[in-house]
Amino acid sequence: MSRTVRGKVAVVGIGETQYYKRGEAPDAEFKLALKAILAACEDAGISPKQVDGFASFSNDRSDPSHLAAALGVDDLRFSNMQWGGGGGGGSGAIANAAAAVATGMAECVVVFRALAQGQFGRFGQGPQRDVIAGDGAHTVPFGLMSPAQSFAMKVTRFMHDHGVEQNALRAISLASYHHAQNNPRAVMHGRPLDEEKYDNSRWIVEPFHLFDCCLENDGAAAMVLVAAERARDFPHKPAYILSALSGSHYRAGASVHNTPDYATSTFKTVVPRLYDMAQVTPADVDVLQCYENFTGGVLMSMVEHQFCDPDGCNEFFVKDNLVAPSGKLPTNTSGGNLAECYMHGLGLNIEAVRQIRGQSTNQVDDADVALVASGPMVTPVSSSIFGTEATL
Amino acid sequence: MSYLNPGLPKPVPAPDGLDTPFWEAASRNVLMLQRCGACQEFQWGPEWICHRCHSEDLGFEEVRPLGNIYSYERVWHPVHPALKEQGPYIIVLVELPECSGVRLVGNLLGDPEQSVEIGTPVRAFFEHHRDAEPPFTLVQWEKV
Repeated sequence: MSRTVRGKVAVVGIGETQYYKRGEAPDAEFKLALKAILAACEDAGISPKQVDGFASFSNDRSDPSHLAAALGVDDLRFSNMQWGGGGGGGSGAIANAAAAVATGMAECVVVFRALAQGQFGRFGQGPQRDVIAGDGAHTVPFGLMSPAQSFAMKVTRFMHDHGVEQNALRAISLASYHHAQNNPRAVMHGRPLDEEKYDNSRWIVEPFHLFDCCLENDGAAAMVLVAAERARDFPHKPAYILSALSGSHYRAGASVHNTPDYATSTFKTVVPRLYDMAQVTPADVDVLQCYENFTGGVLMSMVEHQFCDPDGCNEFFVKDNLVAPSGKLPTNTSGGNLAECYMHGLGLNIEAVRQIRGQSTNQVDDADVALVASGPMVTPVSSSIFGTEATL
Repeated sequence: MSYLNPGLPKPVPAPDGLDTPFWEAASRNVLMLQRCGACQEFQWGPEWICHRCHSEDLGFEEVRPLGNIYSYERVWHPVHPALKEQGPYIIVLVELPECSGVRLVGNLLGDPEQSVEIGTPVRAFFEHHRDAEPPFTLVQWEKV
């Protein structure tokens, strides 16, 4: 099959700033972006001037032309924004960058995301203004205005339809916090979580306790993509892109919670194409990074990526199944958005690359195939699959 | 009577006029939703064309204000200063089976700590804020 990115592009550099609690970054957001990009280039052993493309998502404020100017890029060839879906665009940005490299539009594309919520405001707050019009007029006046509130109703419906118990959500949170204790980069390093602490934590919005909700952080992350035929020339073991794409189902974007298929992570139509392009099955996936805006979304994403039957969640979602290295499917091995850092999910893709390299702080033995699900419950969502050279 | 404490953003009709009939009707204790004149199906939120048959022949029609709870959530953590002293409150997503199954968001009136079951029949309650500037009406829900 020629119309694919499978095996044509590889990640050869990854870089992150230090991760900070929201509002605590000492640098401006744009400088954070530059620092992550410089780190990724150093990791790849290239000059930042050789970068010729930028791709991001969720309306990142660091404009590619501005970045190219600041870095002294010689020849900007690709300037791309994944449209819509917020953090659901993380793997989508990688897909777009990979498409550009695979088709020769660009040679060396940086995928990045930078966030300084102290500088630009928080995600988890409602709009504070006198009047509201449009779609928001039909939700905000009822106190439905934050991401947690927007997604809890989907999760409630899914849990109702499939008899999912609270402990299944808890297991996802416990696994992330477990992994964060081995990851010194993690914001929650040194702050472990157990069943009792989870159970006693306050409700944000049922069925989400405090520990079911992602962090809000400042920082930046970046990765460098080049054509696969060059990938062996770089210092680190390449992580080849086996598949990366985005999408959503029929009328996923219908307003005021009117999408016909409501209780979904939005991955149902994306996943068959994802596995088809990668030429792998769910059983081939050695390690999973699954975007946690909220644990309920992780649960639905894992079901829709076919790792678990929807009616078998209470048995599958136990901590032992989700932790590295011994679990059935080690998940969110950096601590993820719950406990490492909320870098809008790009950190999850970087952790997948680390697993392929064998450099994770919670390394899975012989990790050849690493899957990332970016989303969930938004539209569009996106997923990516990385593999070692052995998978090509 | 107001279910939530005052101070949240007040709803106003969209500047493009798309949902104006809904708000005007609500102020008269009437529920009106968008319906396609060509294929007769309802859709919500309002759109510029029918998403089924692509007709531009769209109007608003009075409907019986009856539905079932499709999903719900009990909110505890306030994300707006107006709700700091609110305590828990319940948001429901109500499906209207007589209207092509469209859904509306509202609050479930009554005890905020009451148990809620998906599928429960509810009827609309028009919560008027006549003294607000600008005045508005919220379509709320109560168990039948």
